[in-house]
Amino acid sequence: MSKPKVAFYWCASCGGCEEAVVDLADAILGVVDAVDIVFWPVAMDFKREDVEALKDGELAAGFVNGAIRTSEQEEMAHLMRRKSQALIAFGSCSHTGGIPGLANLYTREDILKRVYIENPSIVNPNHILPQEKSVETEGTLRLPAFKDDVRTLDQTVEVDYYLPGCPPPVNLIVNAVTALVEGKLPPKGSVLAPDVALCSECERNATKPEKLSMKDVKRPHEIIIDGENCLLAQGVICLGPATRSGCGAACLNANMPCTGCMGATSGALDYGAKALSAMASLLDSNDAEEIKSMTAKIVDPAGTFYRYSLPASFLHRRVGRPG
Amino acid sequence: MNKEFEPKILGILCNWCSYMASDLAGTSRSQYPPNIRVVRVMCSGRIEPQLILWAFQQGADGVLVGGCNPGDCHYQEGNYKALRRVTLLKTMLPQFGIEPERLRLEWICASCAEEMRKTVEEFTNTLCRLGPLKVQIPQIIPVTGKAVVEYVQT
Repeated sequence: MSKPKVAFYWCASCGGCEEAVVDLADAILGVVDAVDIVFWPVAMDFKREDVEALKDGELAAGFVNGAIRTSEQEEMAHLMRRKSQALIAFGSCSHTGGIPGLANLYTREDILKRVYIENPSIVNPNHILPQEKSVETEGTLRLPAFKDDVRTLDQTVEVDYYLPGCPPPVNLIVNAVTALVEGKLPPKGSVLAPDVALCSECERNATKPEKLSMKDVKRPHEIIIDGENCLLAQGVICLGPATRSGCGAACLNANMPCTGCMGATSGALDYGAKALSAMASLLDSNDAEEIKSMTAKIVDPAGTFYRYSLPASFLHRRVGRPG
Repeated sequence: MNKEFEPKILGILCNWCSYMASDLAGTSRSQYPPNIRVVRVMCSGRIEPQLILWAFQQGADGVLVGGCNPGDCHYQEGNYKALRRVTLLKTMLPQFGIEPERLRLEWICASCAEEMRKTVEEFTNTLCRLGPLKVQIPQIIPVTGKAVVEYVQT
């Protein structure tokens, strides 16, 4: 019997998710033994035409990382969908929008202006912006369209499974591939990670005081974080209470707070609102003015609470004025 | 002011004070703009930011959160929790292009029907001035789990 075929593709992402596949280390040998990788632009020389030549549904699984910003990414998402029996949103960006999703706080015009005109390292006296089509003497050049907003994979095509994380933890990838090969995948639409908050697997949880509260909000660079105690008790915003576990509290083990890349558990509909709620509730004051000065210390609330999930949030993007 | 625009306000009011006040305003035939739709919850401390953002997404032009006066919460501290959440949420709304005035937190006691009337009137005027809020979001493609051959490319 031939081995199941799988493909990897990247959209708006940093390449960290590809790195995570490489991080499988020895385990990747097992994966390569079990499946045939037929498309993986970062590592193998197969082209889009090779995917197009496959029969619909010929891929057992398609892993797509990265958010969807351009028309090309959208086309590839549709292509991967058509060829895959199971389409897996791989990593925060395709799951909930990720870091590229923060661009939804700005308009398309703002971004193009900033990148191609205002950026201090740019020399562009004629204010030339990328065009979808430009006619030159040698012929017509085309670029993919830069869409108005960043979307998640499931706002673009039907997604069967989600592998969260920035990047997804190795053990979750191994579990997912094993489940796939053995045909033991959970119901469609599942997130392939535990469904409890990160605190449950955080070693510092044992040090958490009975009544957790924050007298002051500090950013990680403002204090020396001790390696033992709950970060919230030290006054550092740690989004563990609102975040899905499965990463083994990797950031906490490196003495840094959780920033929420694994997304929400199934109990929350909007990750950022839930994280904001959790942090606000911990502020140790009943005085309106004092609370104001505490919240003012969270300098970029949207970027803090929606760092990986803005496009998947209730508001999706900065609200445009009608008319 | 936009005369034709009728703002939609979602009022999320606590059972013990603010809701009683709006009830009293009704029974005492005190008139305020019909722009508000009231949802009663047991305590303002139950009002999650999720509910407020959901309301904005679903077409509310403004959200009024009503609780008991400081010190009067039926559950001791719920209103302080609401205060912290709303304060933090208000710092984030401008990043989304939403004026913080669209979210209003008021402590209105059970016998303060007049205060409720004034609050709703004022809030309606504020929202008329700000104009409609239009949140547009893409839909999530539902998981059907159908056979791939049936999958239709859009």
